[in-house]
Amino acid sequence: MLEISDLVCCYGKVEAIKGISLSIKQGQLVALIGANGAGKSTTLRSISGILPASSGRVVLEGQDITRCSAREILARGIAHCPEGRRVFPDMTVEENLDMGAYLRRDSAEVAEDRDRVLTQFPRLAERRSQVAGTLSGGEQQMLAIGRAIMSKPKLMMFDEPSLGLAPNIVEQVFEIIDGIRKSGTTILMVEQNAYAALDMCDYAYLMEAGSIVLSGRGSELIDDKHIREAYLGG
Amino acid sequence: MKRFLPWIALLALTSVPMWLKDPYLLNAFVTTGIFIVAAMSLNLLLGYTGQLSLGHVAFFGIGAYTSALVSLGFDVELVGGFRVIHEPWPVWLGFIMAILVSGLCGYIVGKLSFRVRGAYFVIVTISFAEVVRLVALNWVELTQGPLALTSIPPMALGLPGLGYFEFFSKQSNFYLVLGVVALSYVIISRLVNSRIGRAMVALKENESLAVSVGIDVTRYLVLAAVVSAGIAGAAGSLYAHYLKIIDPDVFLFLYTVTMVIMVISGGKGTLAGPIVGGLIFGFIPVVARSFAAPEIQWILYGLFMILIVFVLPQGIVPAIEKWFGVGEEPGVPGAAAAKIQDAR
Repeated sequence: MLEISDLVCCYGKVEAIKGISLSIKQGQLVALIGANGAGKSTTLRSISGILPASSGRVVLEGQDITRCSAREILARGIAHCPEGRRVFPDMTVEENLDMGAYLRRDSAEVAEDRDRVLTQFPRLAERRSQVAGTLSGGEQQMLAIGRAIMSKPKLMMFDEPSLGLAPNIVEQVFEIIDGIRKSGTTILMVEQNAYAALDMCDYAYLMEAGSIVLSGRGSELIDDKHIREAYLGG
Repeated sequence: MKRFLPWIALLALTSVPMWLKDPYLLNAFVTTGIFIVAAMSLNLLLGYTGQLSLGHVAFFGIGAYTSALVSLGFDVELVGGFRVIHEPWPVWLGFIMAILVSGLCGYIVGKLSFRVRGAYFVIVTISFAEVVRLVALNWVELTQGPLALTSIPPMALGLPGLGYFEFFSKQSNFYLVLGVVALSYVIISRLVNSRIGRAMVALKENESLAVSVGIDVTRYLVLAAVVSAGIAGAAGSLYAHYLKIIDPDVFLFLYTVTMVIMVISGGKGTLAGPIVGGLIFGFIPVVARSFAAPEIQWILYGLFMILIVFVLPQGIVPAIEKWFGVGEEPGVPGAAAAKIQDAR
């Protein structure tokens, strides 16, 4: 579904990604793991067009989207849940969800989808008119996921969905992501929590210093010696 | 209640010339009104997109000069003996040209500076205002330089053959300015409550997230700059035809500062903010003049400003909304309060 070949990305003169290749098949949950600064988030930013690639190719369903703008890429079906500040703090929950459908013109269906998302996340439904900045971290992450669903993506990319959340909330968030995968949406997930990511993914790539150093099925990588030592604590 | 508030305010202001006969106070209303229009245009950029235009007076001054020159006519020699002769046009065409030319300048400044954010836009706008001021000062053949453009005709509406109405008296100018304030209010409120306005607020709140939901950030910033500059140009045109004389001092940094004070004190990012802030800071000098010596007047102005910034850092309008709960959504107590607190 998504094929990336020899992708290079630079911040100024520094190469943050040094020519990586990866592929994601329809319906898969693919994890991208690695330490801080390995280039995982940069990879996502590059795929979604926020950070233009210096060279290499990104192909979505046979079409080259390397040079497309962020807007076109979203319109073609790739949604990006960025890390850190995940919501528009001064907008209400509903307004945040509507922002996710910003490019869609079918307002009747958007309203239906919004109601569906709100039924899916009862916590958000209770707070539908509340401004998003007053939600808890976990609720904000759910809202960010809901917002990404609103763009009706074929591929959803999550950047550190567990970052800064309480352990029981992390579990819930992973369950939600698993649910989205089961509903047929392809997922690319960047995650520092290597064990959780490897446990739930179909396929995983390990990045170190801007390159992919290892790849394989999640269950294989969990048993890999290098990964056990460096990322899973022995 | 909130829905009717602008109409009540408009109605109350409409009655002002009927009971207020003092020409000095009416004059204060007209000039304050003109600056309120300018402050509203600045609010569109500063309050809704978060971009600070510290050279906003440039668009105001360009509007004033454009309108004056179009209605006065000019005869300039450009390079190589090429002459441009312009016969005087009706004043209302000057008003429209002022909006168009200022809007175009907003487009150019926006296109040039919104490749980068924040400080760069501030610097570009300040330099732009300074360059335009120097042009107005030195291109004597066109602008009369420091000798000023004089005998600018009053604003006139109408079509040839149907007769003109000239806005000569203070009363008629009051209604003219009130009309432009109301129209600008409608335009800005339509804009910020539309899809485009949503996008502007989104990019102010979290730009990278706005990009990731598919908002073309630069396009909306430039659009805001064009509309904002156009409205500022309209204010400039009103200024030129009301005072009937303009010189390069219309480009003074002080005027930009006045607009910023009006917007910040009234509440940036609120529709009524620049109007409330504008009325207060437009009338402090007028009221203070009646009982205080000149040096005391400005001290009072400064003190009042500091007081507002300390006591109501969000501005007057959000504070009022918080006290009276006007801005709250039904059934969600505390939403407005939380919103204000969260915006910091």
